[in-house]
Amino acid sequence: MTTTPPRHIGRAPSDPEPPVVVVVSAGTGNPSSTRMLADRIAQKTLDLLRESGMPASARVLELGPFAVDIARATIAGFPGEQLQAAIEELAAADALIAATPVYKAGVSGLFKSFVDVLENDLLVAKPVLLGATAGSARHALVVDDQMRPLFAYLRALAVPTSVFAAPEDWGATELGERIERAATELTAMLRAGVGEQIADRAWSGYQHQFAGNAARAERTAADLDFDSPLMRLAAGGRAGPGPAG
Amino acid sequence: MQFGIFSVSDVTLDPVTGYTPSEAERIDAIVRIAQRADEVGLDIFAIGEHHNPSFFSSSPTTLLAHIAALTKRIIASTAVTLVTTNDPVKIAEDYAMLQHLAKGRLDLMLGRGNTVPVYPWFGQDIRQGLPLALENYNLLHRLWREDVVDWEGSFRTPLQGFTSIPRPLDDVPPFVWHGAIRTPEIAEQAAYYGNGYFANNILAPNFHFRPLVELYRQRFAHYGHGTPEQAIVGLGGHAFIAKRSQDAVKAFRPYFEGSPIYGKSYRLEDFMHGTPMSVGSPQEVIEKTLTFQEGFGDYQRQLWAVDAMGLPVEMALEQVELLGTEVVPVLRKEMESRRAAGVPDAPTHASLVKAKYGDAEPRQPRPNPNRGDNLTDGSPYQDSDPAIAA
Repeated sequence: MTTTPPRHIGRAPSDPEPPVVVVVSAGTGNPSSTRMLADRIAQKTLDLLRESGMPASARVLELGPFAVDIARATIAGFPGEQLQAAIEELAAADALIAATPVYKAGVSGLFKSFVDVLENDLLVAKPVLLGATAGSARHALVVDDQMRPLFAYLRALAVPTSVFAAPEDWGATELGERIERAATELTAMLRAGVGEQIADRAWSGYQHQFAGNAARAERTAADLDFDSPLMRLAAGGRAGPGPAG
Repeated sequence: MQFGIFSVSDVTLDPVTGYTPSEAERIDAIVRIAQRADEVGLDIFAIGEHHNPSFFSSSPTTLLAHIAALTKRIIASTAVTLVTTNDPVKIAEDYAMLQHLAKGRLDLMLGRGNTVPVYPWFGQDIRQGLPLALENYNLLHRLWREDVVDWEGSFRTPLQGFTSIPRPLDDVPPFVWHGAIRTPEIAEQAAYYGNGYFANNILAPNFHFRPLVELYRQRFAHYGHGTPEQAIVGLGGHAFIAKRSQDAVKAFRPYFEGSPIYGKSYRLEDFMHGTPMSVGSPQEVIEKTLTFQEGFGDYQRQLWAVDAMGLPVEMALEQVELLGTEVVPVLRKEMESRRAAGVPDAPTHASLVKAKYGDAEPRQPRPNPNRGDNLTDGSPYQDSDPAIAA
């Protein structure tokens, strides 16, 4: 449970490091259809990035092996060592592909529990592609009805197209087309550096946790704004606008 | 370096015996624990503040006054005084009174409290907890340092010509620690005033609080109170000790696993490895505590929780005994020998009196004659600045 805060500061257009796409899959089977969907999306994303002259790598974060860690972190209030490392990978990612199975007409509890232990500012302005699988096409809106608001809460940049796969989709060319469309959107956002531009200009406007896991979390005195109303109040002044009195 | 114990004042089922002590039994027990801490040479006894079951310590000044009367040299402190839901005027009065009765063996630790319903019970709103804490301390600070205070803020009713009585002992306020585990504004306030900063080093990964401690140190220096290394840092902790390591783990395990805080999350071994929790032989607890000095820098106060989670009083007393006889004497020597030159001890009443007056006699405020209405022009004390109207 020792933590070393990540030093990754987000992606600048001139960043020489190849981008990293992190795939979060809450599928539990082997093979899991959720993981298969996530892999297809990841592969298409990497292909498109390579074609556009931006070779990238993907890392897969299967949540299944973290099920117990996630439950413990929920109760304890802090993650264990391995889960902490996974959270740091997420924080350092340039883009995410998040995929979950649908259980009982909703996102899997494992997926939601994982999101619950993340800090509120961990994914601010991070491009995210949302995907889900289900045993019936009747669950098709779970991605947009449940995952999208969840990532809106996190202030992540969910791409316009969500990818949902019911059993009949696996044989249909339309699924491949949707995957390509969604991956194109993710790739465009990543290449444009939208997330970095937002974070560059507006990071201080979001609520943050000091020394948290977010890539740009304030960690030292140099990162903090001591002219905020609360900081002025802390230094014996008044909280209102204007210089400390 | 000060070493001591602190208690959250939980009244909890003993998971081994199935026995739940009464409030009366726990209150008697905590007095015995504090007395034993004094007898075995610990420096600090601190108690928390709560306003809901299953805790007993709603009135820390009453308890600490009693303990101060029964002890000889231990410093009584709060493990938290709620600076949000208590009126800062009442804090100023109550703790100045306690400071007199304890003959200066008193300091306090301020915190916000994190139990949502407590705020509305006292007419406050937890969403305003941080500005409330900051503003209330700003007022408290003045009430202890100025005979007559005019004040207006966002939360409390304004004060005009107010004098908090009694004035602090020797006109030297109790030393204040600000407790925080995630809020940089609290570290900033501690640094601004040159007060102590206390991180309750439990229930988190090892050295999780280092960035906040480091922030406090930097800002302490920024405000001209000394170097970052001279800032006044305290750490909480949780210890369970037995002569032999395996006996400690064996005896502690059922309490750990029965605890609603610990037992339903990570395993005991994970907590011992990954967090500051110290369970083992005296030597193991000594070695773990020394890592705190390496990780957080030289610090001034180490407190351990030893009576929580339903431990029977005899077991808690044994913990105090082992701390006082086997752990702390070694830590005192070791930490002293490793401490960098120029790092001060935590302030005490004696050191603060010395700093303020040198060899001169401390001020002893004597009120002017009562004019019956407390409002007539004139300063409240015979030696007050006559230019200030009370």
